[in-house]
Amino acid sequence: MKPARSCPALLLTLCLVCLPNAWADNLRGSGDLALVVERASGTVQIVETSGNTSLCRVDGLGDLSHASAVFSRDQRYAFVFGRDGGLSKVDMLTCRLVARKLQAGNSIGGAISQDGRLVAVSNYVPGGVKVFDADTLEQVADIPATWGKDQTSKVIGLVDAPGQRFVFSLWDAGETWVADLRDPAHPVITKFAGIGRNPYDALITPDGRYYIAGLFGEDGMALLDLWNLDAGVKRILPDYGKGEKKLPVYKMPHLEGWAIAGRRAFVPAVGRHEVLVIDTDTWELAGKIPVHGQPVFVMARPDGRQVWVNFAVPDNDTVQVIDTRSLRLVKTLKPGKGVLHMEFEPRGEEVWVSVRDLDQLQVYDTATLEKRTTLPAQKPSGIFTSARAQRIGL
Amino acid sequence: MLRWISASVLSLLCLTGATAEPLPAARQAQLHDLLVQDCGSCHGLTMRGGLGPALLPETLRDQPRELLIDTVMNGRPDTAMPPWAPLLSRAEAAWMIDELRRGISP
Repeated sequence: MKPARSCPALLLTLCLVCLPNAWADNLRGSGDLALVVERASGTVQIVETSGNTSLCRVDGLGDLSHASAVFSRDQRYAFVFGRDGGLSKVDMLTCRLVARKLQAGNSIGGAISQDGRLVAVSNYVPGGVKVFDADTLEQVADIPATWGKDQTSKVIGLVDAPGQRFVFSLWDAGETWVADLRDPAHPVITKFAGIGRNPYDALITPDGRYYIAGLFGEDGMALLDLWNLDAGVKRILPDYGKGEKKLPVYKMPHLEGWAIAGRRAFVPAVGRHEVLVIDTDTWELAGKIPVHGQPVFVMARPDGRQVWVNFAVPDNDTVQVIDTRSLRLVKTLKPGKGVLHMEFEPRGEEVWVSVRDLDQLQVYDTATLEKRTTLPAQKPSGIFTSARAQRIGL
Repeated sequence: MLRWISASVLSLLCLTGATAEPLPAARQAQLHDLLVQDCGSCHGLTMRGGLGPALLPETLRDQPRELLIDTVMNGRPDTAMPPWAPLLSRAEAAWMIDELRRGISP
């Protein structure tokens, strides 16, 4: 072989060795990322929670009021559910909107399946759940929420559950449905009627066993044991608040699967300035904690030692921290008007707070309860860490 | 008779007083935010509906103005619509209804 000819081959070999190293320098993981919904501008901001900095902004996501997100299991892609029925797929590493589909007229939230291959969206109009292929966003199933005489119901409280199932509730019908999508083309639906009036949101316990829907139209909550569907839906806390006058509710509370600390679940009371404590062994009321206003989000730090609470209008300038051992308030914070959401970092040493009216994200140290960082954001609402990708029900 | 007339004049004045005296610009800005952000959390940021019905000009135009103001102030029993009277004056509710009927954008 002539030397002149061996040179390109040598170069090629060199490059094959050196390129991966060059690429590696530009690579980053995605396990510390978070997506922030900027609801008025139809944008999302991608931030990283290791150094608490903003990475980029993605636009063109439509009406993002009440928007939420779930993540692909490789933690690269976020699926964002907008109020206008838009389902958007965002590549958080390249910061691009890779797919978007207007799948309904009016939607409320979504979930990703156990195997990560299906994304389900719950819709108000037309009422029901649609299921999409997570790669292509092609529709694979349509589950209209029909009840009564040809009526359709708004769907709320959609979560994923083990066994490739989705669980959701029907606001108008007062029903909970369990959809088994092991064969996506032929969903098998198990329906539970008469769970109570106007379920407004639901949580699933972190082990994926219990689905609990909060009821707006009456007192109590509806509990379904997914390990024992034959037992049906059981009403819990039935007598709570009987005969007491409720305050006007200016913002629907949220229930999220991780407001569970040890054997206690912490949930917002509807129309009362209280956080309810439920014993998860007996599902009975174990206490009521008086708080500053009507709670919206009641979120447990991942280790369960603290619960952070934000409030509805006109008290939405405040966040309170509850110690879960003593069930006492330990701190009242005033981040500013329009505190809409809180998200803990995966191991809980910091919490991100969105403050809409100040156009700020604030990061707090959960040990000192001091503010560490403030980042600008346009009317921020929901904050979602990519660590949710690995959690049942989120 | 005179007393009756003066009473009706007075009540007429009170009724029109709501619109005769414009709200301060700063309060208008607050109410606009309240409309978009807080009403919007149930009715949609673009007022095309959510848990609550759409509040678009075409859906409100044919409804009596006073009835709409009453709905804001007193809420709707057995629905998720709360009474806003603890937080708003009637004149403020009237201003918000008029804004919605004109059509608002976030």
